[in-house]
Amino acid sequence: MRLGLFMGALLVFPFLASPYWLNLANQIAIATIGALGLNILVGYTGQVSLGQGAFMAVGAYTSALLTLRLGLPWGVSIVAACFATAAVGVFFGLPSLRLKGLYLAISTLAAQEIVEWVVTHWTALTGGVEAVVVPAPRLFGQRLNTDFGFYWLGIVLAGGTALFTANLFRSRIGRSFVAVRDQDIAASVIGVNVFGTKLLAFATSSFFVGLAGALTAYYRNIISWERFTFETSILYLAMIIVGGLGTIRGSLFGAALITLLPAMIGRVGQELQGSAPAIAALLPSVQQAVFGIVIILFLVFEPEGLSKLWRNVKDYFYVWPFAYRRGEGR
Amino acid sequence: MNEPDGRANVHLDGVTLRFGGVTALENVCLDIRGGELLALIGPNGAGKTSVLNCISGLYRPTEGTIALRDAAGRSHALHRLPPHRIARLGVARTFQSIELFKHMTALDNIMLGRHVHMRGGVLSGGIFWGPQRRREIRHRMRVEEVIDFLNLEPIRRAIVGNLPYGQQKLVELGRALALDPEILLLDEPLAGMNSEEKESMARFILDVHEEWGTTPVVIDHDMDVIMDISERVIALEFGQVIAEGPPADVRANPRVIEAYLGHGEAAAGPVS
Repeated sequence: MRLGLFMGALLVFPFLASPYWLNLANQIAIATIGALGLNILVGYTGQVSLGQGAFMAVGAYTSALLTLRLGLPWGVSIVAACFATAAVGVFFGLPSLRLKGLYLAISTLAAQEIVEWVVTHWTALTGGVEAVVVPAPRLFGQRLNTDFGFYWLGIVLAGGTALFTANLFRSRIGRSFVAVRDQDIAASVIGVNVFGTKLLAFATSSFFVGLAGALTAYYRNIISWERFTFETSILYLAMIIVGGLGTIRGSLFGAALITLLPAMIGRVGQELQGSAPAIAALLPSVQQAVFGIVIILFLVFEPEGLSKLWRNVKDYFYVWPFAYRRGEGR
Repeated sequence: MNEPDGRANVHLDGVTLRFGGVTALENVCLDIRGGELLALIGPNGAGKTSVLNCISGLYRPTEGTIALRDAAGRSHALHRLPPHRIARLGVARTFQSIELFKHMTALDNIMLGRHVHMRGGVLSGGIFWGPQRRREIRHRMRVEEVIDFLNLEPIRRAIVGNLPYGQQKLVELGRALALDPEILLLDEPLAGMNSEEKESMARFILDVHEEWGTTPVVIDHDMDVIMDISERVIALEFGQVIAEGPPADVRANPRVIEAYLGHGEAAAGPVS
């Protein structure tokens, strides 16, 4: 029922919304896919990664270059990019054999630096620091990189990714991911190949992160390395922390909040341009601070993120105004 | 050899385990005979848990070999295999300091015990409907049998981290049982329980042994229960086997009494 309403809203939305909001919705769809991917690795499997930006870059450049240089259709090159990113993810997941927690995080930072270096220095392939122009994807003669056209691609893929992830974590492999996060020694003695499982998590996660990267390339038409820096990695980590680690809903909420927050701050800035230009001039620099504050507030007041807040609200209205169904939980 | 037919058994030969200058096990030779109920006893630090850790592959012996002869008669060198391969051979265990997946439900914990028997990869899991769903249901039925056996129905949806200690121990036992193990290594299953809980845990161990045909290997300090339920006892001290035999014999063995009570107290009789 609630899901039906949500889907209905998603269907009606693009016909009512201005391009500005459509653009934001598309960004959220891409960010949701990326956040789900990262959550598979960090939230569910407990392997902290600072290489999100790099993996998105691999997805974006692979799909763009396959179309541009080899003339592959966009659908094929997106799928190829996903697999390529999965392979790169496995490679940078190899240190997880020996490293855990912060140490692993630092080693994934190497992924970020190496990929960034390759992209900016292998000029013959990637165009270096120059931007790459990506041919427009078309479906049934319609361009898909318009705000309206991309919206449909975006929500189908984001929904598909969410469904895939939800299914994964109610079946065998997903359970073994969580087992590795919670207690790796116990996982090994019940027959889970811990290292293999970590690599599989890196592959699965990177596959979707690569998808987010590839979609970015096709939506933006133009990609450059600046879109996939270390800051991107941090933003995505912020999404899943604020949204809720190891939850599907949290990935969506986090992606939405972290995408909307700067846009809204920018909007407030525009509104204030006339009345209070001094504050408006200050806002862009305050933006980063607001970001930091939001994350800190979440860590302090609701470490389980927006997803938990949502559940609290739901639990509240479940019994409101009479507490006769108390204790039923969800 | 003296093995019963169709039962897995384990043979430790000259197992020595050193951590730097500390010798945890020294030239340990012992057998786990398929179908028996074996107890490992000894004072703290005697090396009981180290024996289990070597068998389940968490420690690699510095010297010596550990061989598992499976039900089909094939021999496997456990001292060269990683833990997850050993689990596949039918060796399950519990831990002294409960090691559950504490953010998961009791049900999911026990479902993980079916991991080695299940199939299904990322793709079939993500698609779910179809073959993977059927597999999940089939193995869930076995898990429900385990839950039923251990009387865990009321808590199957509970997050195990929030459960009381005694129930966590049962969930951990359930997870090991879900493997349908040939050899079940239990590290202090009775520790920290009240007498009622001890009684039901002892009952479960006996039932697992008799009805399911599993070979339990139990470490514990509760001599009354151990002597009561086990068929054979091996006593360790300072990483060496000091006695082996039926419970009554080991209990009366002067070296065992000395190990527990110290010198000059032999007249005080067996530990109780």
